[in-house]
Amino acid sequence: MVQHSIIKSCCKSVVVIATLLLLITEGYSAEPSPVEKKTSIQPAKNITIKDYPGDLGTSLIIEWELSEDDQNDPKKSFVIAYEVYRKTEKTEYKFLSQVTYQKNFYRDQECEPDKKYWYQVIAIGKNNLQSIPLESLNPGIPILQWFDSRRGWIGILMLFSCSLVVYFIWIARKGKKLKIRKIAGLDAVEEAVGRATEMGSSCLFVPGILDVNDIQTIAGITILSHVAEVTAEYETDMIVPTCRSLVMTMAREAVETAYLSAGKPDAYNEDDIYYLTDEQFGYVAGIQGTMVRDKPAACFYMGAFYAESLLLAETGNSIGAIQIAGTAMPSQLPFFVAACDYTLIGEELFAASAYLSGEPDQLGSLKGQDYGKLLCAALIIIGCTFATLSSLANHYQWGTGMESSFSSIQTYVSENILGEKGFRP
Amino acid sequence: MKRTVPLIICSLTGFILIISWFLPAAESWGEKVTHWFDIVAAFAFVLGGANLLKIHLQKISNRRIGWGYSAVTLTAFLVTLLAGLFKINVNPSMNYPAYSWSGNYLDEGGLLWWIYEYLFVPLSATLFAMLAFYITSAAFRAFRAKNIEASILLFTAFLILLGRTYAGSLITSGLPDSLAFLRFENLTIIIMSVFNLAGSRAITIGIALGVVTTSLKLLLAVDRSYLGSD
Amino acid sequence: MFEKLNSLESRWIFLMTFLAVGIPILLQKSLPEKPTPMVMDVFNLVEDLPSGSLILCSFDFDPASAGELQPMAAAFVRHCALKKHKIVFMTLWPVGPPMIQNNINILKKEFPDYQYGEDYVNLGYRTGGEGVIKLITTSLDKMYSEDVNGTSLKKLSLTKDLKHIQGIDLLVNISAGTPGVIEWVQYASTPFNIKTVVGCTGVTAPKNYTYIPKQLAGMLGAIKGAAEYEKASIIQYPQLAENPQAQEGLRRMAPQLVAHLLLIFLIILGNVLHFVGRRKGLSS
Repeated sequence: MVQHSIIKSCCKSVVVIATLLLLITEGYSAEPSPVEKKTSIQPAKNITIKDYPGDLGTSLIIEWELSEDDQNDPKKSFVIAYEVYRKTEKTEYKFLSQVTYQKNFYRDQECEPDKKYWYQVIAIGKNNLQSIPLESLNPGIPILQWFDSRRGWIGILMLFSCSLVVYFIWIARKGKKLKIRKIAGLDAVEEAVGRATEMGSSCLFVPGILDVNDIQTIAGITILSHVAEVTAEYETDMIVPTCRSLVMTMAREAVETAYLSAGKPDAYNEDDIYYLTDEQFGYVAGIQGTMVRDKPAACFYMGAFYAESLLLAETGNSIGAIQIAGTAMPSQLPFFVAACDYTLIGEELFAASAYLSGEPDQLGSLKGQDYGKLLCAALIIIGCTFATLSSLANHYQWGTGMESSFSSIQTYVSENILGEKGFRP
Repeated sequence: MKRTVPLIICSLTGFILIISWFLPAAESWGEKVTHWFDIVAAFAFVLGGANLLKIHLQKISNRRIGWGYSAVTLTAFLVTLLAGLFKINVNPSMNYPAYSWSGNYLDEGGLLWWIYEYLFVPLSATLFAMLAFYITSAAFRAFRAKNIEASILLFTAFLILLGRTYAGSLITSGLPDSLAFLRFENLTIIIMSVFNLAGSRAITIGIALGVVTTSLKLLLAVDRSYLGSD
Repeated sequence: MFEKLNSLESRWIFLMTFLAVGIPILLQKSLPEKPTPMVMDVFNLVEDLPSGSLILCSFDFDPASAGELQPMAAAFVRHCALKKHKIVFMTLWPVGPPMIQNNINILKKEFPDYQYGEDYVNLGYRTGGEGVIKLITTSLDKMYSEDVNGTSLKKLSLTKDLKHIQGIDLLVNISAGTPGVIEWVQYASTPFNIKTVVGCTGVTAPKNYTYIPKQLAGMLGAIKGAAEYEKASIIQYPQLAENPQAQEGLRRMAPQLVAHLLLIFLIILGNVLHFVGRRKGLSS
């Protein structure tokens, strides 16, 4: 009996020790890289070759299913890359490129239209392991396309928005009165120039730091021409330091014409519009120096601004100038709002020219822009509604039909209308 | 004529480029136009440089107030230009040691590199650093809880200011994991990636439409004020 | 007292800011930062890549923003070197080459085994902004046939087989503006599904949130992001704790903390003055 119990406890101890040993060995064996054990890796699967849409027949897309040894977590993944090879009817397979793990496509952009290409994909593992090659059975043939169907919906939306603008310009030309809301910053232009005149001081206009190929600079220059008309009428000096030579040339043209139309061509001095430097902070330092020395009573900042926005606005504030700013750089708006008396926020900068000129043509364009905004809002609401319905249908099991139709509408809006697919199914 | 020709060029180029965006065969046209612009802008540097010389030489010769600054500007301009143009003190490239001008104009040891490293870098950094001072004074002056919206903004600003420092983590570190989203550093991320993002997108959509309208006005020559309205 | 405070001149505020930033800098104190999940996402992406992965670093910033972005760039470069990744440097900004050189100097000094041409290559600057990105996604040769020293890329072992950047394992973009994050996302990350992480200034960070997590795998925002990345690196590689150069971002968090507290104090003070003034019938 005693012997039996001794044997039993011995057996138990052996089992415990064996289990512990097993655990320890398993614990240790989990540490070294699993690759060391691996002698082969699984190849990629199901290779497909598609023509890249909307190009001149120079690209093919090669897609494959990831190898079973390709894991999202690189520590666990045996596959580190895929090598893509290509052959034609006349040549053998040649190395094309290598793509990283977890990537299941490659775009070959060195093809010729209507030529046949075959591809081979080899999964590459750690320690130079290679899978067996995965070959495409059917060739891919790049096709030349004259119209980029991916951009079809964008084209329609663009045509629609532009037609709205053109339509309202036409309506305005026919004499229909269009209302426009008050923009305090633009109403204050005259007040600012008037104050500068009363104080016998000058105005300063900064048209941003980008070149004439930026639409914000153009918007800034159109505002400059209106401000120049006011300064010409009040016979107040206006200084325009520019960051780009071409902006200087354009600003001179605009101001000269404004002085001419105000009937004060003699008051125009081209040296008041001058080039400082292309360098951002050099430009800021130059303007700050002018501000501190000349103490302009009114400062306008209209155009594209980066970090210099607050530097300029605070310097303007310190000299007690009335300041009006306008930019379409969302990250700089808070600085202008904090430091300036009036700020044109984003689209208001582009509306300024229409507002200041009061020309029916331009006001009509603003109305068209508002309808464009309505269209955007409608698309957002449609997208959100269907995304919500699709999610609810999925959650409350409304039925697969309903769920899939909501989801397909949502997918179509996001992928085809707003995304890359365009007219493609 | 002075207005009409530029307007025709603007309209024609603009519409061709819009159409080319939909035609793969014409896709490279946009890049070509960008290159043309770069070339024109490069020539315009000469115009800018000449204007700089003219304005400051006038100021110096007329002994106008602050002419000393003009003298400093001109000296700095000319020294930097010559240092870069003639690669003063630049060692030849290792690949072409026989050619004394083969080195990169900004190579270590050259005069331009010296100007860049010891003048340009500290001056740029100083001006950028001035933002810290200006932000503080602007915040003190302008950040007022004048109404409910401004108060919400103020409260959010406090959360972000604390969430971006160790103080924020320290204050809310005691919160249990189930309430981890209320920790300042996590609240900061939520505010930035949800509320701030939504507002920012709305402004961006407005800006995009403004850009479309302005571009169309320029292409249709409805707005000619940038060339001086007639 | 109220009158004095209400008409407090900017110079006193500037002095307070100077002291709030200057004293912690002189004291060289660093705070115990804890990496946030977003920073850990970025860190893990670099960390989990197999050694020898190819990383493209585009440093699109200038000396002005280097104070905010250089610690971030340095932390990335150190981490890549510790993981023995291969690095290709480039910049879209004309004043960017010295920014690259600063980081190459780190490699030369702290990782002497890292060989130019084999472990890293400096492509330097090319003009054209997004045009450069478009071209190098198709053909590197069209834009960069040689490196910054004029050596043909075909002669360098790291780049001799590199036809374009579609095959890279990770794109790291440190950017202070345009061209930068948006251009890389639009012309490289999205169309070619290139894994991308970015580092940016605090001001530009909000708009980059739009791209996370679909187009961007992660983002480091401002000096706080750099400090957290440094902390994550120190946790993983404790030897970095002995390298003061590897803690630039962490050291800058103390001045940031004091400056933020000062900012909060001044905003509260401003509001107190505003309400007291309103009660007294004055405009502040």
